[in-house]
Amino acid sequence: MSLKRKIRELQKRREKARKGGGDKAIEKQVSMGKLTARERIIVLLDEDSFNEYDLFVEHDSRDFDMDKKTLHGDGVVIGTGTIYGAPICIFAQDFTVAGGSLGLMHSRKITKIMDHALKMRMPLIGINDSGGARIQEGVNSLAGYGEIFFRNTLASGVIPQISVILGPCAGGAVYSPALTDFVFVVDKISKMFITGPEVIKTVLGEEISMEDLGGAKVHSEITGNAHFFAESELQCFEQIKRLITFIPWNNSRKAKAVEPKEPRKKEYKIDDIVPDNPKQPYDVRDVIRSISDDSDFFEVQERWAANIVIGFGRMDGKTIGFIANQPLVLAGVLDVDSSDKAARFIRYCDAFNIPMVTFVDLPGYLPGVDQEHAGVIRHGAKLLYAYSEATVPKITVILRKAYGGGYIAMNSRHLRADFVFAWPGAEIAVMGPEGAANIIFRREIMAADDPDKVRKQKVKEYKDKFANPYVAAAKGYIDSVIEPQETRNLLLHAIEVSQNKSVGGPKKKHGIPPF
Amino acid sequence: MKIGKRKKEKKEFKPNYKTLNIDGTRYKTNLTKKFENRKIYTSPDDKKMISFLPGTVIKVFVKEGQKIKMGDNIMILEAMKIQNRIKSSGTGVIKSIKVKEGEKITKGIIMLELE
Repeated sequence: MSLKRKIRELQKRREKARKGGGDKAIEKQVSMGKLTARERIIVLLDEDSFNEYDLFVEHDSRDFDMDKKTLHGDGVVIGTGTIYGAPICIFAQDFTVAGGSLGLMHSRKITKIMDHALKMRMPLIGINDSGGARIQEGVNSLAGYGEIFFRNTLASGVIPQISVILGPCAGGAVYSPALTDFVFVVDKISKMFITGPEVIKTVLGEEISMEDLGGAKVHSEITGNAHFFAESELQCFEQIKRLITFIPWNNSRKAKAVEPKEPRKKEYKIDDIVPDNPKQPYDVRDVIRSISDDSDFFEVQERWAANIVIGFGRMDGKTIGFIANQPLVLAGVLDVDSSDKAARFIRYCDAFNIPMVTFVDLPGYLPGVDQEHAGVIRHGAKLLYAYSEATVPKITVILRKAYGGGYIAMNSRHLRADFVFAWPGAEIAVMGPEGAANIIFRREIMAADDPDKVRKQKVKEYKDKFANPYVAAAKGYIDSVIEPQETRNLLLHAIEVSQNKSVGGPKKKHGIPPF
Repeated sequence: MKIGKRKKEKKEFKPNYKTLNIDGTRYKTNLTKKFENRKIYTSPDDKKMISFLPGTVIKVFVKEGQKIKMGDNIMILEAMKIQNRIKSSGTGVIKSIKVKEGEKITKGIIMLELE
């Protein structure tokens, strides 16, 4: 055979393999409103940057007549490319090939690209669209999942790992995304669950649709498994690209800095955002936007546990992780979900050298039997652990209320914040004035002829004496009481002088956080 | 470095705030669906035995009017591929048995009541 003919044969083979499950299966994929695996990769990565590997890999299972079946690429596409110039390892399950089911060779392709990502210290993106284990391959399929989970864990905190759920992802398969840093879901397309509606119906007699059991909304609003929710695949890819701009390629680097920009001060007037009355709500994201470069804030887990806000922004062009109590939702209390949400984000920022800025305005923890029984002690402890453990620069600004255990948990000096600033309206106290006065002056209030009048008077006394930042400032628990207008410049300064931060604790294998 | 287009940030202010009482102070705020749908706690009633798993009742060992002690075997419930021995959670006389042998039951139903 001449070289020309050999090249022609290669081209033919490529063309055939790239068709995946063939025209009919592709048509079906499109009719479900989904792109194909290769289309997804091409849209997500920089133009012409994708190179595919293992195109000709095929399964070698013999049972159940599998030896008569050809599964192109064994149902998964792997390769490398770039996003805004950042190197990326990527895999995308191909639902058109045997429903994207995971067999041994399928898993070997995934683990090959994972090993590559870890070795080359570059981000990994996995696009999940699979019916689950390839039953015909039995335990080999399970082995495949296990190898993936192990690598997810090994790579955790070393390279960014992103999971995109663009189809079903059920049973054991869900645990790969769950072990990664960020999970993206798309409305009506993503479905994640351990046991599906059919099993639930036969075993439990409970009827529920796939969407209501594990759709995109469920995971971005109720379970917190997903970090980003999109209306369409294209919107989802834009979100991923944006995230990539905020994070470093690996844990020994810093995120790439961009051109610094001033906040949009006309839109976000820092003096006008926070009401004086501590009982009045406001959107704390406006405070973040009033100090971040270009007033840009990329929120993570926007729809879940909205009583705490987490996300990325920039200051002086460099990525900052923001954590803030949100008085707009549940008065900004800490509870099971919000502690969980913030703790994981803090550990992410710490692992990837992203300085953190925390804005504090919270009345304390959410009271309730459901909270206590759901383990608010255990979950709440995660937040203390994450802040205490973090060694990146961590700066706190107390905007208004900082009461009780909430004050301690929100990156206080006592958990080794590097800088703590407070606005003049800050109230740093063991609890709100109403609660405190009722306890301290209980006898006097009860004994009074007009208890309500005395109560009011005692609340005012307490407020005047303790509801301010100066008691904490007198002890050095906060470094400086500042005007809101000074916030951005002080933060810029604090970040600048913290860039060579070096701290170390006692030697240990690892701590035992309250997972 | 280029950065993707910024999504227009919508303000989600809902003017009809609810109040939330934390340590005696009433805060104006929005509530979440999860918070509003939370289960209100009721203390358990040890006169009523509630199914904690759905399954099939294979065998009932006791009769109405019978005196039983806490820990007595009262039935076998096949659930999650296992034949589970269900033991009494209280001591007393059985007022009524609400399930029959061979019956498929769901989670959370009253199986047996003591007087």
